[in-house]
Amino acid sequence: MTALHSTILTLVTFVPLAGALLLLFAPRRDRDIRIFSLVISLLAFILSLHLPVHFQRAQTGFQYEVDKAWIPTPHIHYHMGADGISMWLVVLTTFLTPLCVLISWKSINERVKEFFILLLVLETALIGVFVSLDLFLFYFFWEATLIPMALLIGMYGHGRKVYAAVKFFLYTMIASVFMLAAILWLYAKIGSFDFVVIQTAIRNGQVENFHAAALWLFLGFFVAFAVKVPLFPLHTWLPDAHVEAPTAGSVLLAGVLLKMGTYGMLRFNLGLFPEQSRNNAPWIMVLALIGIIYGALVAMVQPNLKKLIAYSSISHLGFVVLGIFSFTQAGLDGATFVMLAHGVSTGALFMLAGILYERRHTYEIVEFGGLATPMPVYATFFLFIVLSSLGLPLLNGFVGEFLVLSGAFTSRAVYGILGATGVIWSACYLLWMYQRVFFGKVREPVNQSLPDLDIREQIALWPPAVAALVMGVAPLLWLNAIDPAVQVALAPLAQLASRVVGR
Amino acid sequence: MTIAADTPQLIPKGVEYIRILPELVLTIFGMLIMLLDPLIDDRRSQKTLGAVALLGSLAAIAATLYQSQFPGLGFWNMVRVDTFSLFFHFLITTITALVILSSYDYMAVQQIRAGEYYGLILFGAVGMCLMSSAMELVLIFIALEISSISTYILVGFRRRAAISSEASLKYFLLGSFATAFFLYGVAMIFGATGSTSIPTISQILRSGQVPVLAYVGVALMFVGLGFKVAAAPFHVWTPDVYEGAPAPVVGFMSTAPKAAAFAVLLRIIFEAHAPGGFWLVWVAAALSMTLGNIAALVQDNVKRLLAYSSIAHAGYLLVAFAALPNNGIPAAMFYTAAYAAMNVGAFAVVSHFAGAGERYVTVEDYAGLGRRSPLLAATLTIFLLSLIGIPITGGFFAKFYVFSAALQANLVGLTIIGVLNSAVGAYYYLRIIVMMYMREARESLPLGPIPFGVSAALAISALATIYLGILPGRVLEYASRSAADLLR
Repeated sequence: MTALHSTILTLVTFVPLAGALLLLFAPRRDRDIRIFSLVISLLAFILSLHLPVHFQRAQTGFQYEVDKAWIPTPHIHYHMGADGISMWLVVLTTFLTPLCVLISWKSINERVKEFFILLLVLETALIGVFVSLDLFLFYFFWEATLIPMALLIGMYGHGRKVYAAVKFFLYTMIASVFMLAAILWLYAKIGSFDFVVIQTAIRNGQVENFHAAALWLFLGFFVAFAVKVPLFPLHTWLPDAHVEAPTAGSVLLAGVLLKMGTYGMLRFNLGLFPEQSRNNAPWIMVLALIGIIYGALVAMVQPNLKKLIAYSSISHLGFVVLGIFSFTQAGLDGATFVMLAHGVSTGALFMLAGILYERRHTYEIVEFGGLATPMPVYATFFLFIVLSSLGLPLLNGFVGEFLVLSGAFTSRAVYGILGATGVIWSACYLLWMYQRVFFGKVREPVNQSLPDLDIREQIALWPPAVAALVMGVAPLLWLNAIDPAVQVALAPLAQLASRVVGR
Repeated sequence: MTIAADTPQLIPKGVEYIRILPELVLTIFGMLIMLLDPLIDDRRSQKTLGAVALLGSLAAIAATLYQSQFPGLGFWNMVRVDTFSLFFHFLITTITALVILSSYDYMAVQQIRAGEYYGLILFGAVGMCLMSSAMELVLIFIALEISSISTYILVGFRRRAAISSEASLKYFLLGSFATAFFLYGVAMIFGATGSTSIPTISQILRSGQVPVLAYVGVALMFVGLGFKVAAAPFHVWTPDVYEGAPAPVVGFMSTAPKAAAFAVLLRIIFEAHAPGGFWLVWVAAALSMTLGNIAALVQDNVKRLLAYSSIAHAGYLLVAFAALPNNGIPAAMFYTAAYAAMNVGAFAVVSHFAGAGERYVTVEDYAGLGRRSPLLAATLTIFLLSLIGIPITGGFFAKFYVFSAALQANLVGLTIIGVLNSAVGAYYYLRIIVMMYMREARESLPLGPIPFGVSAALAISALATIYLGILPGRVLEYASRSAADLLR
């Protein structure tokens, strides 16, 4: 048991990669490749369930730690560990990947082998980002997510796919070199890449010149994360990438990749630079609010179903950033919960959009209307997910947004009030979209005969629907692990506040 | 000169010949090729001479490994075998072997008579090896000339193509000018210190007032070497010459002579304690990175694109020269090794794909390569990602070590220029990847199987690139020991 305890993170991270390597040598029999990828991604999911099952909820700090020297000069360690926040993000990733495999079963017909190799490599990189405790390792996985994602968009997307892929790649690549520079600076002064070591060194004031450089370091990390989130006004790559990406790419992009940014803010901006986070919180929260409202308003006027969901992501991720920079227990709990909830429901929304695209090869809302008649099961699933996404109580969206808003109120009432309008907007654009697509008469004759969901699609949609319900009814199953981790993350900020008051 | 004063004995001892063994082996095999050339009829010459050359380079690698047991000085303190020289010997001889492997089929496809081609590659390697172990400025000059003259001729080897002859002539004229600068610098240093032996120069420069003449000498030598490594502002020749020269030769000349010139530069800047090097290097590094990357953005010819990329990489490498010796030297050495692995590999792909008469060399020609030849596209992708500096490739750690060395020396400005440049650079390498995977080919014919020579060269360079990207520790540790040897 103890042996598994320290190797489980390595296993979960690298099982998909091992699967990808095996696929490399597999013959090109598409059906077998699909089944094999499904088995591998399910295996990773089952392994990842070990994390929440054996998680010591009372214990603070990182668990399942493994720390081995990897490269002697510079001192790079293979240091992995999970706390209540990252653990759930790992499970989210492994939960969504098998669904991605299922949803791509028929829509990917060409270069099938390469597609699933890229998908599995992407899964490894994503998990690696969440469990790395060595800044170098973190950067390594962070950059490693770029290539498979860009290739998935560029090779399997549609429309202006190349433009979208290159834009995505360059945007995130350019932003992350600033983070690299900041990481290198920290290493040059402290001589370690270890997150815990660096954190302790900064807290104890052992870093020379830190005060002069701290703001720049904070910004270096922040820019890299803000592009990923994406925070207004750095969001322009996201609609392009989403619209052109294949369904599985969109699911992972919205479901997990964006969370790399918010996770990074929570872990690194708050963890390493509490003082700078506090000083810069006002304008960051304003940007987050702009993102919430702007994203929702733009989503409302989108004629394209996928673009609408993409802009709704910008709006939802605004909530996460708002929650993180409210520096309240509720705000951070809520931010983490929104990350998970958004992953599940937006992932499912993209899957639903993809299913429609497979049948009609368009995302334009005007092409549809009255779909509830030919596709009743599909319409039911869609409604359920839409309700969970707009924050209906007892479904997953509500819990997180409620916590974030209560945190924002505590921080400053006006932030809470403005943020709360976001909930109204999201109800507007989602329900309006639902009405235009599903209600009324069937206008286009082609839509009369659209087949309803088949078994495979239903299998892919049940898990997110069930998860949305369980997360809404029993959020404590998640929050009781998130809460202690958030307390740890907030501790330095609380100290900071008491020091300011004491003075 | 101070040669005779230190060493009374006039005939070198046996062990001293071992200290130039790789050079001897390469020379012998080179002459063997020249002798065999007229004896073998044309149709078989390509295969046989290629095999002899490959054998020669492998023997040189073996000689380097054997030599490692006999470190020390030789030939009146003119050469020194230490971990530093061994590192570069191994690098240069390996590059030579890989280039010969990838030339094998290229020569047949281009219908160039092999003849002296392989001989010249080996002779060039002699000069480059000698540059890395020479302790004497005059010997360094001679070695530089040996390597340069071979490459001048190699550049013009596509005799039927006017562009190749133009490249050769241009390279020859500008190159001789640059070596003249180097020689002039040597003379100035001799005037300032009264010696051409690097340890003596180092002693004199460290002990007292540094004469102005020494500054001039260092600057002039830097001009000569800057030309060889294609650093801005001495880079103007690079794109034309790379475009005209046969692709495998470009793979050779963009790595091996560069490595040798960097070795010399390391000796001059760090071992000889050259004065005034810092700002020369700073300006050249910043210029090379910026000019190289910006010019590469608009290139349509892959060879020209890689030429500008090599200018940019010379810039990144020079950043390490501005850092402190004990991190800068290992970082620079690691960078040369990683750069050699990825660039030799990239040019192996380019030379195989170019086809007869080098017809397919524009970025557009690579469209759809991912479908036409998945293997070729995949390996080129590895090399390009490494050139961008994406993790799990050698290029990433190379950049990483260089920039962290720079930051440890508080060179924040230069690091920021470098980091921004590497972001700009991502774009043009990415264009090729995008072409290969995301655009449809104009000619949808699948390419034939990759011949053995090319696939061996590709496999070795791809493995080396990934090895350096996952387990860079051993190579870096060896480089650090070499740095200690150099600074002793």
